[in-house]
Amino acid sequence: MLDLVWLIPLFPAIGFLINGLLGKRLGKGAVSVVGPSAIGLSFLTAVLIFFELIGRTPAERIFEKEIFAWVVSGSFKTVIGYQIDPLSMVMALVVTGVSFLIHIYSVGYMHDDPGFTRYFTYLNLFVFMMLNLVLANNFLLMFVGWEGVGLCSYLLIGFWYEKDSASNAGKKAFVVNRVGDFGFLLGIFLLFVHFGTLDFTDLFGALQKNPQMISVETATAITILLFVGACGKSAQLPLYVWLPDAMEGPTPVSSLIHAATMVTAGVYMVARCNVLYTLAPLSMAVVATVGVATAIFAASIGFCQNDIKKVLAYSTISQLGYMFVGVGVGAFSAGIFHLMTHAFFKGLLFLGAGSIMHALSGELDMRKMGGLRKKTPVTFWTFFFATLAIAGIPPFSGFFSKDEILWQAFSSPHGHFLLWLVGAVAAGMTAFYMFRAVFMTFWGECRADEEVKHHIHESPRIMTIPLTILMVLSIIGGWVGIPHVLGGGNHFHEFLAPVVGGAEPGKAHAGISLLAQAWASSGEGAGHSAALEILLMVVSVAIALIGIGIAYLFYVKRPELPARLAERRRGLYRLVLNKYYVDEIYQVLFVDSLKRLGTGLWRGFDEFVIDGTVNGIAYFLGWISSVLRRVQTGLVQNYAFSILAGGVVLAVYYLLRSLF
Amino acid sequence: MTIPEVPPVLYLVLSGILFTIGVIGALTRRNALVVFMCIELMLNAVNLTFITFSRFLQSLDGVLFAFFVMAVAAAEAAVGLAIFVLVYRSRGTINVDEVNLLKW
Repeated sequence: MLDLVWLIPLFPAIGFLINGLLGKRLGKGAVSVVGPSAIGLSFLTAVLIFFELIGRTPAERIFEKEIFAWVVSGSFKTVIGYQIDPLSMVMALVVTGVSFLIHIYSVGYMHDDPGFTRYFTYLNLFVFMMLNLVLANNFLLMFVGWEGVGLCSYLLIGFWYEKDSASNAGKKAFVVNRVGDFGFLLGIFLLFVHFGTLDFTDLFGALQKNPQMISVETATAITILLFVGACGKSAQLPLYVWLPDAMEGPTPVSSLIHAATMVTAGVYMVARCNVLYTLAPLSMAVVATVGVATAIFAASIGFCQNDIKKVLAYSTISQLGYMFVGVGVGAFSAGIFHLMTHAFFKGLLFLGAGSIMHALSGELDMRKMGGLRKKTPVTFWTFFFATLAIAGIPPFSGFFSKDEILWQAFSSPHGHFLLWLVGAVAAGMTAFYMFRAVFMTFWGECRADEEVKHHIHESPRIMTIPLTILMVLSIIGGWVGIPHVLGGGNHFHEFLAPVVGGAEPGKAHAGISLLAQAWASSGEGAGHSAALEILLMVVSVAIALIGIGIAYLFYVKRPELPARLAERRRGLYRLVLNKYYVDEIYQVLFVDSLKRLGTGLWRGFDEFVIDGTVNGIAYFLGWISSVLRRVQTGLVQNYAFSILAGGVVLAVYYLLRSLF
Repeated sequence: MTIPEVPPVLYLVLSGILFTIGVIGALTRRNALVVFMCIELMLNAVNLTFITFSRFLQSLDGVLFAFFVMAVAAAEAAVGLAIFVLVYRSRGTINVDEVNLLKW
């Protein structure tokens, strides 16, 4: 079964080809079967492979399948090859599973869109690329997937390309990602220079055996560069600006690409390179700091957004920040754990937002919503549970993953009290703005227009069933990683341990053994740390409850309070409402100045120097020939005369030479 | 009486005179046929030089070359005259002054 790993990306590729080449001719019905079932088949394959994988002993849970040699040049060799290990298995399951549900949902959501076929073509291509990214067994194939999902993201953000804002948002996403990809590529080049291979097993295996292979400085440079790539793809400071704009795309796309899967690629990549990162403590600190700064920064912007999808977008950025805190403090499995639970509840939140839009004829502004609790019960309950999950209320999935990260941020040797504090505060903020969204949307009076009010209806079954499944996952998804102090086994961490550290302490090098110690202290370790862990858990739950309470006070009990507060702190309110003016600052600093530079080069260098040189040479030659062409009289006898004259001159010359 | 041997220099002088007449004719005359005949004259002047040197150097090389020149001249005459016929048909003249499209 493991041999069939290539089937996982193959099905979406086939779906892409069928939909792309024949979709128009086959019609909507066929497309809406082919698109989801391609993903369904690859999910099925992934599940079967997963069961075979857990049947093996942990040490044997790595499997590579080379399809064919791709680039062979001198000592450089790269294959198209897929790797199954616990990490890529988790990613493949999350990607195919969530994609499958979102594909089904899309059939209902996009039903009346004229671009139905194009939509599923792109979506299948996206899943294919994403699976290449997570299943690749070397950096180059991973990079192909990395760029491929970027392309699909661009295509799907600008899906309604007649809309100016949509096509601009697509371009913005592409360009900002380019900045990150540049760093990622440089990181890959550096890796190749130092190791001569890009294969994960070869590279990390060699490094694990002999950590002195590269200096700390080199490891730091490589990991920082790779992290720049992760920042672009996973929307971290300072490259997060594209993600809120990406909400221009269809809502299931926001759910799939810009919440559940693609944006988590950066976290996956850092976790994949955990061996490298543990060698570079500075990079780890950078990752964790950027992560926690992004978490609180984006959460604060989420306070004042009125567009429900924008709230979710900033929330995604903030949650991605958490994941980077997790991987940045060395708790790679905690980061991946949060990635998984986040895929469930954030995917669900976006799909819920889509369902709300569906009910309200495309309305996005939460100020024009309200009172939907009764009218769209399924959407309400699923959205509500997802919000509880993201707010970190036990026993929902988000609680376990977020708390694991916060605990690691506090206790890990790479961690720091401040990381925990900021993270916990951001968790409270998350609870606040998410419940703000829930209260504004589902509680109170309906503020929609009369016309819209009449049409409010629950979404069709094809949309509510995926919502329900994701809701179940959002509730129980965290139970695979219940920490030891709460009596769980933390199976998720154990499953990932062979890949992301926690290796046998005897053989491990410094970084890994530090990690192992951290795990030991967090796991079966001393009693006082268990008590501390529970204390921190209680604190973070309390903070979340405070956030929910404030949201309840502001948006249900005393709805006039927010306006009064905004009035009192007008400057601050405007600053946050305008997203700290980051877009405007970037516009001035980068876009405008680059435009000026470009215009200068165009006018000064291109038009003046290059065109001037080329045209100057042409004019000069033209002038010379306008003089010289007078010689061509067209009279044969003139030519004959010049031949004669030439002959005479030569004859005279030789005569004179022989005489003297 | 025996006819005295003609000194070779006279042959060469004759050849020179013929060649010069040919050159002047080719450069100055306007009728293509006349120009053509002048060119033949130049060729024959050269032939005469070949024969002269062949005789005085007791070598057949010059004779050989003279035959070559004659053969080429005959072929050239065939082609040249055909061209003149065609030029005359299309332009109504074979005056080389008026056939002057080959210019800037």
